[in-house]
Amino acid sequence: MEILVILVPLALMLGLAGLAAFLWSLRSGQYDDLDGAAWRAIADDEPPQEAPAKR
Amino acid sequence: MHVSRDFSHYVRTAGEGVQHIDLAVEGVHCAGCMAKIERGLSAIPDVTLARVNLTDRRVALEWKAGTLDPARFIDRLEELGYKAYPYETESAEATEVAESRFLLRCLGIAAFATMNVMMLSIPVWSGNVSDMLPEQRDFFHWLSALIALPAAAYAGQPFFRSAWRALSARTTNMDVPISIGVTLALGMSVVETINHAEHAYFDAAIMLLTFLLVGRFLDQNMRRRTRAVAGNLAALKAETAAKFVGPGEISQVPVAAIYPGDIVLLRPGERCAVDGTVIEGRSEIDQSLITGETLYVTAEQGTPVYAGSMNISGSLRVRVSAASEATLLAEITRLLDNALQARSRYMRLADRASRLYAPVVHATALITILGWVIAGAGWHDAIVTGVAVLIITCPCALGLAIPTVQTVASGAMFKAGVLLNSGDAIERLAEADHVIFDKTGTLTLPDLEVMNAADIPADVFELAGRLALSSHHPVAAAVAQASDATSPIVGAIEEAGQGVRAVVDGIEIRLGRPSFCGAETLVSDVTNLDPEASVVAFSKGSERFILSVRQGLRPDAQAVIAALKARNIGIEILSGDREPAVIAAAHALSISEWRAGVTPADKIARIEVLKQRGMKVLMVGDGMNDAPSLAAAHVSMSPISAAHLSQATADLVFLGRPLAPVVAAIDASRKALRLMRQNLWLAIGYNVLAVPVAISGVVTPLIAAAAMSGSSILVMLNSLRARGASREIV
Repeated sequence: MEILVILVPLALMLGLAGLAAFLWSLRSGQYDDLDGAAWRAIADDEPPQEAPAKR
Repeated sequence: MHVSRDFSHYVRTAGEGVQHIDLAVEGVHCAGCMAKIERGLSAIPDVTLARVNLTDRRVALEWKAGTLDPARFIDRLEELGYKAYPYETESAEATEVAESRFLLRCLGIAAFATMNVMMLSIPVWSGNVSDMLPEQRDFFHWLSALIALPAAAYAGQPFFRSAWRALSARTTNMDVPISIGVTLALGMSVVETINHAEHAYFDAAIMLLTFLLVGRFLDQNMRRRTRAVAGNLAALKAETAAKFVGPGEISQVPVAAIYPGDIVLLRPGERCAVDGTVIEGRSEIDQSLITGETLYVTAEQGTPVYAGSMNISGSLRVRVSAASEATLLAEITRLLDNALQARSRYMRLADRASRLYAPVVHATALITILGWVIAGAGWHDAIVTGVAVLIITCPCALGLAIPTVQTVASGAMFKAGVLLNSGDAIERLAEADHVIFDKTGTLTLPDLEVMNAADIPADVFELAGRLALSSHHPVAAAVAQASDATSPIVGAIEEAGQGVRAVVDGIEIRLGRPSFCGAETLVSDVTNLDPEASVVAFSKGSERFILSVRQGLRPDAQAVIAALKARNIGIEILSGDREPAVIAAAHALSISEWRAGVTPADKIARIEVLKQRGMKVLMVGDGMNDAPSLAAAHVSMSPISAAHLSQATADLVFLGRPLAPVVAAIDASRKALRLMRQNLWLAIGYNVLAVPVAISGVVTPLIAAAAMSGSSILVMLNSLRARGASREIV
């Protein structure tokens, strides 16, 4: 049962990492446009910023 | 005259040498639009950011400071086929956005804690029936406490605050039993853990918060979305005014950039966007949006004009007393204040349920404790059982019962073109059994229509339409629109207050007052038929024609009235307009109850009479004169073309030209109310089954967790039915 000493903190760290990632994504505005994000993922065009560089 | 457009009011500085503007864009609805707009705008040199927000239908733009004029973006979007206008976040919307983020953060934390506490609880549950050592169990309980206590303290804030507000106001709401339940469950669990007991309820408490936060977040998100749409619509109206920036120089500025004391020019055919007083000029103005009266009023020096008035004939200089709606007719303000006070007494279904629910649950818990003590159990065991009763009855499903239905139903209404202004509007609308319509702008369309186009040869009508394009007069605009004319006649001359004339193929054509066209003799024929119409004459050489122009009924008004009658809803018209006009509309729609020439105070009095008869009145109106009665009625609706004040007062706002959204909203809300009641009964039924188990003292944390998630999921699934296929409404 000594394995708990490693596994429990490990599980909690993973959980905290998930929470930190969620809070970061919230802060960086990733939930502001859920409809748009859904479409952007499958848009096959090149990002508009790179268009002039293409030539 | 070319007038410069000045959007500097909306431009913000975003960091070093970069300027930022937000535009509301109409008609963006797919990935194609998104890519097209972003590519089109990024192609402009010096633009550093062009990003579409598809949820809010807005574009954020950034460019190198001083290089570009924001008007250029709007022109570019117009070339791409989108109407756009700068958008300024109102404080109300900013608050909603912040609140929405806060709830999402709470939800994230509560969900994280639930997952981790559950990970620790499941070994305890399975260990309790096998070979777990008490020390290990205590260790797991302490870990759970470590996670659950801070998480609950943070994520519970929305509930604790609301419960505290309610208690300080000496009332109660759903958040009071929630807060008590969560606090007691956590407190008891800590005590039990210290005493090395077998059961702790950290998982149940934090899971309860997670489920409730889901409901709260959905509710909040719906409101935020509505605000965003309403904000866009307001922005896209693009209300501007011609402001004098020098003695003879004017600039077209957004209303938001106009301050009291400024002087603006009001040209013929323009709708006034500010309140103020005429300081120079003479004209006729149409105040139907303010008073409901369709006859024009003469405005001269000293006449007050209000936002929403349409200037008909001459140019006016107006000194602004308040931009948009800061000051109003004193009478309307007073009536509105009274009416709003009366309305706030309405108690929502959820609050009514909690008012019954909280005492019953708390009494049951107390009786359980006392019962066990009397039956000979120790105080400790009795209290543990009592708290278990509170946990199992904690209104998890009750907390979800109403917001989930509201979210789904408001989504369905949104698709039918109805926006909700207030959260409890659905409940109140579902109860409505009598509808009062205002006439002008509500049953009729706000713009003018040519009534006798069919009586006039098509080629003549088209010519009249082309000539009408050269005039700013609203009647001429109606003729131009009705004839679908697109190419104006070159060399047309407008004579102020008379009409327009031009020479085509050597023949003189004129459009304007009957006297201007020499057609006085024909007028009486038309006015006898339709006393409400404005007449405009058209002459071509020696031929004379009379066009009759009036506000037409909404295209589906008749069908909507019939649909309402079929639903056993009483209908009447209360209008500030003159009697003949009201009779004509009432007759056309076969509405037997009508009142004409009604003042705002009369409208309220009529609503009070109906209220005393026990009727729940839905008021549908658009004018500023309707605002007090919109507030006084049980529930109210406004078209999107309504005066600002009415729109802000109404519970629901509907879009577009048809009247059908009124029926659609009534249907959707009735269905939603039925589902809300069903959900409440489901939640209560669940408790009725679970409470005896809790009272008997055999509830374990496992049973509590299963009961809670089971009832919540059941309620959520039932709510989804509110989405259902929209039936044929009219």
